[in-house]
Parts: sequence; structure tokens; C-alpha cells
Amino acid sequence: MTARSEHHPADSATAAALRVRGLRKSYGEVLAVNGVSFEVAAGEILGLLGPNGAGKTTIINTILAVLRPDSGSIRIGDLDVSRQRSLALARTNFAAVYASLPGNLTVVQNLTFFGLIYRVRFLRRRIEELLRQFQLEALRNTKCGVLSSGELTRVALAKSLLNRPRLLLLDEPTASLDPAAARDTRSTIRTLVHDTHCGVLWTSHNMYEVEEVCDRVLFLSHGQVLVTGDPRSLPREHGARNLEELFIQLAREPLAHPAEHLA
Amino acid sequence: MRLAPVAAILLRQWYLLRGSPVRALPMFAWVGIDVVLWGFISRFLDSVSGAGINFTAVLLGAVLLWDLCGRVMQGLTTAFLEDVWSRNFLNLFASPLRISEYVTGLVLASIATSVVGLTVMLALAVPVFGLSFLALGAHLLLFLTVLYGFGVALGILASALVLRFGPASEWLVWPIPALLSPFCAVFYPLTILPAWMRGVAYLLPPSYVFEGMRAVLQGRPFAALPVLIALTLAALEIALAGWYFVRVYRRAVRTGLLARYSAETVS
Repeated sequence: MTARSEHHPADSATAAALRVRGLRKSYGEVLAVNGVSFEVAAGEILGLLGPNGAGKTTIINTILAVLRPDSGSIRIGDLDVSRQRSLALARTNFAAVYASLPGNLTVVQNLTFFGLIYRVRFLRRRIEELLRQFQLEALRNTKCGVLSSGELTRVALAKSLLNRPRLLLLDEPTASLDPAAARDTRSTIRTLVHDTHCGVLWTSHNMYEVEEVCDRVLFLSHGQVLVTGDPRSLPREHGARNLEELFIQLAREPLAHPAEHLA
Repeated sequence: MRLAPVAAILLRQWYLLRGSPVRALPMFAWVGIDVVLWGFISRFLDSVSGAGINFTAVLLGAVLLWDLCGRVMQGLTTAFLEDVWSRNFLNLFASPLRISEYVTGLVLASIATSVVGLTVMLALAVPVFGLSFLALGAHLLLFLTVLYGFGVALGILASALVLRFGPASEWLVWPIPALLSPFCAVFYPLTILPAWMRGVAYLLPPSYVFEGMRAVLQGRPFAALPVLIALTLAALEIALAGWYFVRVYRRAVRTGLLARYSAETVS
């Protein structure tokens, strides 16, 4: 396991990077997210965990304003996403396996395109920094459509850091990476959080990764928060041997009494 | 309105055109084919008709101007479809990009590509078939403004329809110019049309342009009011199309369609 940052979010006196209150979203008869509230502090990595269909992607989509919640509020820093969408999203960025960059543009063209959209200052210099950071220099003029999934993930991460976001949403960022690349990516993100104090919302099904990288986790099931806490102490507190066992326990339990789990 | 995001949309189109001759070819090829085809048809009609009508000016000129209007619409729709084809909606709409900036970028991209088409059109039609748009004088500028405006309105509407009904609805939007051409009186005077079709034609700005064009070429006095009506209608229709696009976008955000666009529906 790589050395964890000395910084702890509780030490930070700065405002929350993300504040979600009473979020609710249904698709017709299906209630996807049911009254979810949580915060991501500046400098904190919060793991958003849950089985498939738990509501993780719905929550991320509402934060990114591509999905309007039925009720509830989302604030990025001090900005209300529903009222100040453009300003709030200028402080945010994301990488997700299901949002690959246009394959008919090269790596540099994609970074230039999104850099202009995010109005990144000194864009060329920033792109060069990110190409170096993610070892993409040799691929700069390669079209994204011919990159391997691991290379694509690195490009998506580079894009997600273009605007030095204060809130970073990472939906399974290492899903397509080999173990070495995944470890490098985790290390990069931790360093970034340490250096820039940005808040990160991280989803993953790799519990080893979650334990290594997240300061805090939030378990979702059927659109509700079941458990929240430190990923290193939570399994013990709930009589599980490790985080993966706890995940399986929670995912299999019926939802009749979610409040009983709340720490 | 911020410049950099608008420039991003334009730059993306430039990257795509530069990297793919297949995209650049239609800007020249279809225009060239239209000029040649209608040029010879007009020349033939000039040789056999004793009606005293200059078919090259009236017919070829009208066909090419209508073609330009269609190119503006298709340029805008194609720029929008690039985001559909590359599944780029999530990256775009989860960014600070505003809808007004996105649509402005698409409009500018469309104008830029259609100007290339216009240049090719003139370069071919003027020396080969003796077509002279200069005969229209300063009116040409007004006519082009109306046609560009209407093309933009159609392009925004077509993009909104694709956003509303999903990627498969692409086939619905391509024939729009062909469907409208009988009403726009491109080839014949409005008086030929039955009353109900004339009623539709009065809502379409190009019908005023083609009536005006024929009047100028036949030496009749130019009426300013119809062109003013056409300009007003074009501006109104751009505003209506923009309003509809925003409405469709908001619906897609509410229903979740935007986040799962490739599924075409959320039901």
C-alpha cells in the first residue's frame, strides 16, 4: 500500500467542495435516489459505493447537471448547481468510463477543445504539463479512437484535471487499467488532492482500491445511504473481515431498515 | 456569451474537416454537381424557349440560392450530429458550456462551411454558365441574409428534433429542405400555387426572396416591404428554433435522456 497523505479533511477549515442535501430522483415508477445527503470536504476523497443500480451514476449525473433531480439541492463550493450551473461546473470536472472523449480527435485536439470550453488559462502550457504527468507525450497526435482502454483512461484523467477542479468526480477511474497503471493513477490523484486541496467523489467496485485511497466511504443501496465512515474501521465496526465482505453483506441485505445501519 | 467556448466548437469542426477529406468533399462536390446539372438544364431551356425569360439567371440562380440555404441547415445539423456520432453529449453538457455558446458555435461553423460552398458555386457558375448574381445588385446581400437566416433556423430546429427523438431520427431531418421547396416558390411564381400552399409560403422567408429575385431580373420594381417581412420572419424563426432547442434540452435533462442519449428513450 502506498503512503497515505498526512492531510486529513477534518483538519481543513475550508468550505465543503460538495454539499448534497435531500437528493431525490425517480424515473417514472422507479425511485433511483431517495433523499440522499452527504458532503465532500475540500481535500477529501469520498468513496461512493454500492451495487449496480444503487444510484451512484444518477447522483453523479445530477451533480454534473445533466440530470435534474426531483428535489433536493446540490452546492459545489458556495454555488448552487441548479441556479449557477455554468459557474459551478467551471470548478468541477469528471472522468467516467462511459464518457469517452471523441475518438476522431487526437489527444492534443481533445485537450485543446475541452481546455477552451473550460476556459483554461495558459492552455498550451497546461496541456504539456498533463501530457507529461500522464505519460501521454508520445501519443499527443494519436486519435483517441485507436488508443487502448488504459491509454484512454489516462487521457480522460488528463482532461478531468485541465481546469484544476475544486471538485473532481471519478466514476471507476481505474476500471480499465492494469495494476501498475492503476496504482500510479491512485498515487497521482492522492498527490493532486494533497497539493490542490480539491474534493474527490470516487466510485469503484475495487474494495482494495477504496480502502487505499478514500478518506471516507458512503454505502448506497436502492438509492439510499446505508452506512458511512472510515473504510479502514467500518468492516470491524460491522463485524466483517474486510471492506469487500461488508460490501457483499450490505448489498444482499433487504432495504427494510436502512436506518438501523446508519452510524 | 464567452468567446473561448464558442471558439472551441468552431475549432473542433476545423479539426474534423482538416483530418478527414471525406467530410470536406461534400462542401465542394454537391455544389459542383448542382451547378453543372442545372447549368445545362438552364442552357437547354434558354435555347428552346421563346418566352424571353433568361433561364440561366432565373432558374439556375434560384436553384443555387436555395441550395445554399439547404447547405447552411445541413452544415449546422452535421456539426451537431458530430457530437451524437462521437457520443460526446455527456462531456459537453457536463461542462461549463452554455447552450447559447454551443448553438452559436454550431451556427458559425455552418456559416463558415457554407461560405466555402458559395465560393465554389460562384467560381463555377459565373465563368462556365455566365450566371451573374451582380444583376441582382445590392439586393443580393439582403437575399443572402434572409436565406442564411432561414437555413440557421432550420438547422437549429433539425438539431432539436434529433435531440428530442434520438439519433435514429437523423433520417427525418435531411429531407426538410426538399419538403419545403414546393412552398418556397423556388422554381415558379407564388401565383401558381393553390391558396392553401400560398398561405404556407407566406410564412417561409425564402418565398419572398425568390419572388423578389424574379422581379429584379425581369426588370420590375423592387419592393422593399416583402424583403423586410422576410428578414423579420427569418429572425423570428431563428428565435423560435432556439427556444425549441432549449426546451428540448431541458426536457432531456429532466427525463435523464441527455445522460443516456444512445438509448434513444428513457422508458
